[in-house]
Amino acid sequence: MQHHAIDISALNRSPVNSDDAAENCLQVQGLQLFYNADVQALHDISLNIQKKRVTAFIGPSGCGKSSLLRCFNRMNDLVDGCRIEGKILLEQENIYAPDVDVAGLRRRIGMVFQKPNPFPKSIYENVAYGLRIQGINKKRVLDEVVEKSLHSAALWDEVKDRLDDSALGLSGGQQQRLVIARTIAVEPEVLLLDEPASALDPISTLKIEELINELKTRYTIIIVTHNMQQAARVSDMTAFMYMGKMIEFDSTDKLFTNPARKQTEDYITGRYG
Amino acid sequence: MIKQETYKQHISTQFNAELESVKNSLLEMGGNVERQVNHALDCLIKMDTGEAETVIDRDHAVNQMEVSIDEECSRILARRQPAASDLRLVLTVTKITTDLERIGDEAAKIARQAIRLSESGESPSNYVEIRHIGNYVVEMLQKALDSFARLDVELAVEVVKADKTVDKEYRSAMRSLVTFMMEDPRVIGSVLNEMWALKSLERVGDHTSNIAEHVVYLVRGLDVRHVELEELISQVEESH
Repeated sequence: MQHHAIDISALNRSPVNSDDAAENCLQVQGLQLFYNADVQALHDISLNIQKKRVTAFIGPSGCGKSSLLRCFNRMNDLVDGCRIEGKILLEQENIYAPDVDVAGLRRRIGMVFQKPNPFPKSIYENVAYGLRIQGINKKRVLDEVVEKSLHSAALWDEVKDRLDDSALGLSGGQQQRLVIARTIAVEPEVLLLDEPASALDPISTLKIEELINELKTRYTIIIVTHNMQQAARVSDMTAFMYMGKMIEFDSTDKLFTNPARKQTEDYITGRYG
Repeated sequence: MIKQETYKQHISTQFNAELESVKNSLLEMGGNVERQVNHALDCLIKMDTGEAETVIDRDHAVNQMEVSIDEECSRILARRQPAASDLRLVLTVTKITTDLERIGDEAAKIARQAIRLSESGESPSNYVEIRHIGNYVVEMLQKALDSFARLDVELAVEVVKADKTVDKEYRSAMRSLVTFMMEDPRVIGSVLNEMWALKSLERVGDHTSNIAEHVVYLVRGLDVRHVELEELISQVEESH
């Protein structure tokens, strides 16, 4: 008997996500992170982050997901006594090589934190900031980038008439989208989102999630979230971490319907591990 | 691999209780449907029209159970957003209720044929085929429900295999009933009624096989619907 299989899930995905052999943007190889000589936060992590897809890291508090996220733009360099072994390759080049320009790296890999952190400046200047410190001051260029970035962050319509107002007057959800606009103004390749919606109300959270879905056509996105349903909603790939180890890394569909590891199953279904 | 105690290990005891309760309700519905099929067969063989009416009346209770179990499932989906094995349990339960309700309908149809057969006169076949296939199908249904209760994939695969036997037996029963009609056209009416009852039993076998396939999905996360038997067996073995 003939059997016609229709992959309904394929209908909901953008074309960039439909081919299985997606290019890798970042490759983590045997990564170990120590906060002190005897405190190891990450144990031998290896995974590939695919280009223009959303990868989510989930796991209980202290599992190392934020530590891992911070490794991607070398934020851990700022922590005293922190030591890293192994490699992270961005487009085949090790970001921990001695000759890497860290400021340049952070331009290519932007980060957004849990609490919106706009600068105490106008909305316009917040978005233009990254360009100004690169020495770009031409008004015509700045105007264009500010408008484009605010459009991309789905904030333009809400703020276009008050670009000179202080960013601090915006709501929490608007501030977070402003921070995302500021991050994408410098055209990064990768966006790191560390609990980007956990301080926001449900509607603002949905707007951020919608934004993530739009941004993934242009950027590779890695998101750390405590909210498992959020990871299930926004990501293409999900990594479950526990006690500094990568327990399971698979497509989000697979991980949330039929995880391979019992620890993953226990965590996502809310069982005693 | 999920085990029976898997559903008792949530941090939320309330969630444990909800899943346990929906599971038990489904098994209760299953037991109910199994009794209906058995009872309908009994009526047909004994030509007991009074009891047959009872079977037809009781079909409402089965329908009601389908509705209330599905309601419970949608409540769990909305309030708990289950994932992984919990999600598969809720999905499986809603699918199994559909098949059980259809089996209930077939039982009522068999009971209706029992009434017609008692009106049209006894079939010359002595109901050998009905007895044989009926017992086989009821046993299959018991096994399918057991495989759900015990999360037993091997048993579920046995049920899917057994349905192929039912299909074969059904075809040969039809052939032998046709010979009765050829021998004596006066029995065509009653033999036709018997054939309808047989067809219902064959459908019960199909729905039971569906239930077993849902159990494979529940336990292993494999969707084995519309898959040839050999392919199903090899997929199940691979997933072990």
